[in-house]
Amino acid sequence: MPPILIMILQRLALGVVTLFVVSLIIFLGTELLPGDFAQEILGQSATPATVAALREQLGLNDPLFVRYGGWLADVVRGDLGVSLANGQSVAELIGRRLGYTLSLALYAAAIAVPLSLVLGILAALLRNSVFDRVANASALTSISFPEFFVAYILIFLLAGAGGMFPSISSIRGEVSFGEYLYRAFLPALTLTLVVTAHMMRMTRAAIINLLASPYIEMARLKGMSPMRVIVRHALPNALAPIINVVALNLAYLITGVVVVEVVFVYPGMGQLMVDSVAARDMPVVQAVALIFAAAYVLLNLTADVLATLSNPRLVHRR
Amino acid sequence: MIGFLTGLLWLLGGIAAAMAAGWLFRTLMVTISPRGVAKEMRTAPLTASFGMLMILIYIFVAFFAHWLAPFSETAIVGREYEPWSSVNLLGTDNLGRDMLSRLIYAARNTVGIAFVTSALAFILGSVLGLLAAIVGGWLDQILSRTVDVLMAIPALIFALLLLTILGTSVINMILVIALIDSTRVYRLARAVAMNIVVMDYVEAAKLRGEGLWRLITREILPNAMAPLVAEFGLRFCFVFLTISALSFLGLGMQPPTADWGSMVKDNATLITFGDITPLLPAGAIALLTVSVNFVVDWQLHRASGLKE
Amino acid sequence: MAEQEILLTMKGLRIEGRADEEWIEIVKGVDLTLRRGEVLGLIGESGAGKSTIGLAAMGFARDGCRISGGEILFDGIDLRRASETLRRELRGKRIAYVAQSAAASFNPSHKLIDQYCEGPVEHGVMARGVAEKDAMELYRKMQLPEPETIGFRYPHQVSGGQLQRAMTAMAMACRPDLIIFDEPTTALDVTTQIEVLAAIRNIVEQFNTAAIYITHDLAVVAQMADKIKVLLKGEEVEESDTRSMLAAPSQDYTRSLWAVRTYARAEQAPVAGATPVVSVRGVTAGYGTIDVLKNISFDIHARRTVAVVGESGSGKSTTARVITGLLPPRQGEILFNGKPLPPDYRRRSKDQLRQAQMIYQMADTALNPKQRLRELIGRPAQMYLGLNGKKLEDRVKELLRLIELEPAGYIDRLPSELSGGQKQRIGIARALAAEPQFIICDEVTSALDQLVAEGILKLLDKLQTEFQLAYMFITHDLATVKAIADEVVVMKEGVVVEQGPKAEMFQPPHDPYTELLLSSVPEMDPDWLSRLLAERAVTGVAESAGN
Repeated sequence: MPPILIMILQRLALGVVTLFVVSLIIFLGTELLPGDFAQEILGQSATPATVAALREQLGLNDPLFVRYGGWLADVVRGDLGVSLANGQSVAELIGRRLGYTLSLALYAAAIAVPLSLVLGILAALLRNSVFDRVANASALTSISFPEFFVAYILIFLLAGAGGMFPSISSIRGEVSFGEYLYRAFLPALTLTLVVTAHMMRMTRAAIINLLASPYIEMARLKGMSPMRVIVRHALPNALAPIINVVALNLAYLITGVVVVEVVFVYPGMGQLMVDSVAARDMPVVQAVALIFAAAYVLLNLTADVLATLSNPRLVHRR
Repeated sequence: MIGFLTGLLWLLGGIAAAMAAGWLFRTLMVTISPRGVAKEMRTAPLTASFGMLMILIYIFVAFFAHWLAPFSETAIVGREYEPWSSVNLLGTDNLGRDMLSRLIYAARNTVGIAFVTSALAFILGSVLGLLAAIVGGWLDQILSRTVDVLMAIPALIFALLLLTILGTSVINMILVIALIDSTRVYRLARAVAMNIVVMDYVEAAKLRGEGLWRLITREILPNAMAPLVAEFGLRFCFVFLTISALSFLGLGMQPPTADWGSMVKDNATLITFGDITPLLPAGAIALLTVSVNFVVDWQLHRASGLKE
Repeated sequence: MAEQEILLTMKGLRIEGRADEEWIEIVKGVDLTLRRGEVLGLIGESGAGKSTIGLAAMGFARDGCRISGGEILFDGIDLRRASETLRRELRGKRIAYVAQSAAASFNPSHKLIDQYCEGPVEHGVMARGVAEKDAMELYRKMQLPEPETIGFRYPHQVSGGQLQRAMTAMAMACRPDLIIFDEPTTALDVTTQIEVLAAIRNIVEQFNTAAIYITHDLAVVAQMADKIKVLLKGEEVEESDTRSMLAAPSQDYTRSLWAVRTYARAEQAPVAGATPVVSVRGVTAGYGTIDVLKNISFDIHARRTVAVVGESGSGKSTTARVITGLLPPRQGEILFNGKPLPPDYRRRSKDQLRQAQMIYQMADTALNPKQRLRELIGRPAQMYLGLNGKKLEDRVKELLRLIELEPAGYIDRLPSELSGGQKQRIGIARALAAEPQFIICDEVTSALDQLVAEGILKLLDKLQTEFQLAYMFITHDLATVKAIADEVVVMKEGVVVEQGPKAEMFQPPHDPYTELLLSSVPEMDPDWLSRLLAERAVTGVAESAGN
């Protein structure tokens, strides 16, 4: 087997192990919950007998690892348990919301990733120019803004009285694609503004870091144009850090949606999670955290594999 | 369109004022500081000197909040959502408390708690990171693998999960965020120390028979200080934003404590009516984070510039 | 050679570099003329401005530098006045560059042939297909193995000597009128250097290309250049054709560069029957599953210097790590005054640690940049000998005087406030502060200019006599060995190939590897390379050189 394949398989195996450990941590969360889980479900007025019966029914008297095994098996089958707050199935609660959250993240990523890469490359090309300085300072500023600040500024400017966009992204039932893009525009724009700055700065830094390398000087001494030096000579070697920072920001998008969803009352998983945390609805929090964590691990894993593949030293051994 | 242009004018005016303030502050510092500091200050870009000025102002406000605020933090002084007036300069909030006073007190509460949290995270993370780099072996393995796993869960989600388990309170929030952030500090501190540990002068000190304490305090720490201080600034920003986000979500600071994040949440409805008052606490958060970032950026730039 | 037309002229060239917010002149009015097909050697120590002048011949100044005065005329084109577009048009096409480290100057992301073709294709000289065929042709001329396929490898898949030849081929791609060679063999081992020198000389002659050959090594430039220009701190010292320069340098500075090679310390007679200070006994050591050292043994006596010689990867630095206890051996042991030392330095007593000190190659990384000399030098004395307060300060001052630095002016300096040679002296003082019997010197002079290096060697010699020190001197440079060694240990791939007193080592018969190593050291004779290549062609030694 070629070494690169072994390396990628190792990464994948590591990803699976990480997911496993993460699920264990999330499961143990319930165990650490102060008070009795059955009591929590039934409320303070329940008799000891009913509590005991429920404990038996939920399998709370089994040893820890048996319960973990059972829970994990359920999760894998798509059974995420029952909400403590309203007795609904968690899988059902999450169902649609997962799709909404993912499409919002995708919406933002589709704008942010190309935009930030182009801006980053331009800033590196025009380094120390006015464009670069302004881009840099505005990036630094926008990184420093809390998401809700950006969101409310956008609402203030673009929604509000007689504004162009709705300040509340109510999406119920079937909406057409165009209608969706319109209604989710402000939340997507907020997320874009928040992540673009970081990706742009890091792209620029990754390229500029290389500009002192002898092979960049060599390219310049071969008479190559500044654009070609950046795109053909610096960029391929900066791919690994750029891929990583893109993955980091896509992962950030997934968590960033929590705040943005609350501001725009967007019916996604973030909303659900915040409500459930306040209500201490453990099964829902568990399930949502598990999904977010899985997405995060998968993204980082993908980035890791892509970064490996972008390095000729690892792909073409001596 | 007109609104947009006025907005742009305000923005440009604000930037010009900020730069002017930065310039004045830098000139002042260059004249009154001792020679060494003055030389450093002269290299500061306007953004950084503006940042330093703002940080000093925030610290001042936080320390003297009880003198500066016209009303108490929790007193109800009027009806709900009163507009700006000569009595309540910035109006009142959703419960009729004075907005300006709460803004000022929040400087103490929010910044103070963010500082304590990031200090905790920083001490925990950097001590363990340095130890892992120097001692190496199984200690490094155990710590690094633990951190890997903890970092595999997104920070905000992890914080929410832990807060569900522990219940939402200020102490819990401080501990949870400090723990989560210390993993990031650990990574950086370990990486920085790793670069120093391979230096010949550390090898020379080991071969001389120096003990662990002296290795850390005399050989490694002095050389790791610059990136670690910059990291502290970045961590502070991150912690500060996380705490604000949690408070905004209603899971951080608890009422009636004045706090910028929850103030935005409580008064957000005003924004849709075109009233900018709820943006002020959010702006206060943004301004401090921008300021710290400007200073850190300058320091990082300087550190990398000296290397070349 | 018939007088050919003038290709390049520089008049009163001035270049400034930015340091601490100020522009400082680093090239101070240098004149230069180069005819077609002529090779000019630029030689000088670090800071002489050789590379800067070489780049200026392409109308190029590094970031943080600027050409501030004078005239650069290339084939009638004023490079200072020409537009950046025109200059870019010339670079790579009519003036090409070969960098010091080919490994760093090839883009790691592209195959060699892609990088070769980039110039001709982008400059519109050849179509891609033609350029590929041409690349293979030139690879063959540069005597690269498998010229048809080597271009389809990535830089990391090709050895250093081969990369340097591939880079020269790449520079030739557009058949330029002028090539700048910037220390092209400095990073190579001596045995590899020969092949690269031969290939470069061959191809430059074949295409009648003019060249500027930049180096700090006189013997190398003697093989390559028609005429030599000596530079010192951005100014010309003298210029003349190679043979007359070598025969009779007219300036004192040039003569002093020559003189370095003649330094030799008085040899120490071995003391019969004495216990060696350090004995390496049958040491096998390595990392992971690989043995870097295989059954190494040698002794070092008081007042004597043992030079451990070898090329990169020979295991000489690993030997030092075993002796200091950083790398416990798998087999064998280290004896100190006849008694075995614990293999791991952490198990050695304070006194055992004190007795063996080390001086490092890179003084920059060997001195903590945040400590002042007072602490750097004082710490061993404080720790091992319990000196404190006034006594400690007096001792530090005494040590500074020993290394010929004036105490009052230096005791509170940071390493960054010292020159390269001074830093190395501090490394020596720190070792002396422990009052050891034995010092390991790991390539202590290879990062230094020749004149500075000579000063360090003389100082080490003086201290050895004064304190009866035993030295283990790790080096790849045979000239240094000749200058300082009493005994020589030649290493190759982790094995001791040959060892014995210096006088025997430099006299035949040799082990074949020692022979190769010795014969590969360039000599100050313009005919040396041609003669050597002719000899090797007969005996076939060159065949084994690359392997």
